[in-house]
Amino acid sequence: MTDQSNINPLSADSVVGLNKRYRRERIYKNLGLGAITLSLAFLAFLIISISYKGMASFQRTEIQFNIEASWVTEANGNALTILKRLVKETLPNVTGRKARREANGLLGANAEDELNATLKGFGSEIPPTFTLWLPSSDNMDMAFKGGLVSLEEGDQQGLSKRQQTWALFLAEEDHLQKSFSLGFLTNGDSRDAERAGIGGALLGSMFTLGICLVLSFVIGTMAAIYLEEFSRKNMWTSFLEVNINNLASVPSIIFGLLGLAIFLNTFGMPRSSSLVGGLVLFLMTLPTVIITSRVALQSVPPSIREAALALGATKIQMAFQQVVPLALPGMLTGTILGMARALGETAPLLMIGMVAFIADPPSNILDSATTLPVQVFLWSDSPERAFAEKTAGAIMVLIVFLILMNLTAVLLRKKFEKKY
Amino acid sequence: MNIKTNRIPDFDTDHDELEKIHNRYTVKMKAENVNVAYGGRPALNGVSLAIAENRVTALIGPSGCGKSTFLRCLNRMNDLIQTCAVSGNITLGQNDIYGADVDVEVLRRRVGMVFQKPNPFPKPIYENVAYGPRIHGFAKSRAEVDEIVEKSLKRTGLWEEVKDRLDAPATGLSGGQQQRLCIARAISIEPEVILMDEPCSALDPIATARIEELIYELKERYTIVIVTHSMQQAARVSDYTAFFHLGELLEQGVTKRMFTTPQHAKTEAYITGRIG
Repeated sequence: MTDQSNINPLSADSVVGLNKRYRRERIYKNLGLGAITLSLAFLAFLIISISYKGMASFQRTEIQFNIEASWVTEANGNALTILKRLVKETLPNVTGRKARREANGLLGANAEDELNATLKGFGSEIPPTFTLWLPSSDNMDMAFKGGLVSLEEGDQQGLSKRQQTWALFLAEEDHLQKSFSLGFLTNGDSRDAERAGIGGALLGSMFTLGICLVLSFVIGTMAAIYLEEFSRKNMWTSFLEVNINNLASVPSIIFGLLGLAIFLNTFGMPRSSSLVGGLVLFLMTLPTVIITSRVALQSVPPSIREAALALGATKIQMAFQQVVPLALPGMLTGTILGMARALGETAPLLMIGMVAFIADPPSNILDSATTLPVQVFLWSDSPERAFAEKTAGAIMVLIVFLILMNLTAVLLRKKFEKKY
Repeated sequence: MNIKTNRIPDFDTDHDELEKIHNRYTVKMKAENVNVAYGGRPALNGVSLAIAENRVTALIGPSGCGKSTFLRCLNRMNDLIQTCAVSGNITLGQNDIYGADVDVEVLRRRVGMVFQKPNPFPKPIYENVAYGPRIHGFAKSRAEVDEIVEKSLKRTGLWEEVKDRLDAPATGLSGGQQQRLCIARAISIEPEVILMDEPCSALDPIATARIEELIYELKERYTIVIVTHSMQQAARVSDYTAFFHLGELLEQGVTKRMFTTPQHAKTEAYITGRIG
């Protein structure tokens, strides 16, 4: 027992149990803070490690070649022949068939196309000598990005002993550079890592999401408006409500199976097309959009409805002229969040065949396509080391899109927020 | 009680002065034996009341006595409540408002309403007043709408206060201004009857005084039914008072008579503040 006379009657000590309450409060506060710190740390770890791996996918390694016009004319403008000549002229000791093949292997599969493009650009007037940076192969790219090591230090992964010597030679001569490349964002998928990009997947994601957005916004909000503003509350509507909530929590792969059975097998729509992908994702996001839109409508105070009805407005006028404009930001937010979920969805798309290898970016919604998360799934399975980097790069792009969509949702809500 | 005549009972009976004031006024709305139940639970029992044209009728009574329920029967706002069942007979002029071929939108255009809490649309002031005339097709051109908006705002004394900021959001006005805006919105479609559900309960005394003044001015053109919790307000603004208690209309009469010589013991207890 403390000496009562020394305690200030206004201090916490003077009230029995108050210090204990404060201590408990501190513990809860710290627990909450700890939880947030931990989750932020995990998030930061994810983003940093992905960025660290993925940043390199926006860069490619290029090899410098000095070309003489005579080589072009001698090869009759055949790019492949010129390339072989270039390698032979630039690198030391390219003798024998095996060495020649290994030397050619330093160049990327897309080097030929780029050389062709350059030659086409020159037309008939080829300068006597010119310098060209051509893309390297994926192994060379990986080796250069990872830092070249000399033969004494050990083996360079992915390169043969001879290739390793040449790589060191090129680096010494300053014939190697890393340069920013948009190819990763614009190219379609490819078996060659140096050629593979997410262009096709991006386009596929956009087509798929576009279809999903239009359908789920229009149908979802209309359903919500009907349920909130027009339907009578009875057994039937509560049954509907329970089932909509159930559908929202059905695993997404079930929707994929449904799409497979209905859209592909019954209606015979084109397999792995963005159209079917969009329809499946629409089925998946519809319940979420309905639920969030209904919440948005419920948050509009009933006094607004009464005001409109008391003026002699019909229910349709009340709903569309007064209530929906107020609920729209909430509805849009719900839809965008639903879209963000659809953007990251893989499982249902696997079921309808969007997982196939598709080299050409889709040109319309009926073309075979793939989407970003499916591309990530595909690449993460590839044995080449270069695809690990590509995978991280694709994840980065996916995350950027997700952040942009969520940001839009927040901004929309802020912009249209109204006080009653 | 059964209203058979088209005269307000007790207008032509009790007092000489009432004779003078009210004799020439006719019944605008009439309720006969109105019963209301929410999901089988009765809320109003056998209410019969006549509402005099161009007069203010006050509905008073303790909380939960059914006065707001009755008010909402008069423009069928109770239709919105699914479990609400109304029986009996309510007429506007000569027409049964619960008749089979009655269109509630038409009814509500003729019987407007002002609510307890000011509920302007979260839109510009102008849009609030212009909405009613627009949906009913009263005004074709912008100029006609402008005219109606100005007239309605002038009638509620709001014009001078807001004429420079008609595009400002209505929710930025003070509570009293918002309520007057709601009244302007209600009269923008020229109703015949205005129902007011405790229009001053959320307002300070000065704003309340303004609304009361406004009610006094408005009764020249409109028939007003007001639900109020304030005895003083009922005494100040109304010509006729109906006292509700536990779902029944216990007593009705000319306000002055009601407040001076209440006939029912409960009425006396309520207006003197002993119950309520």
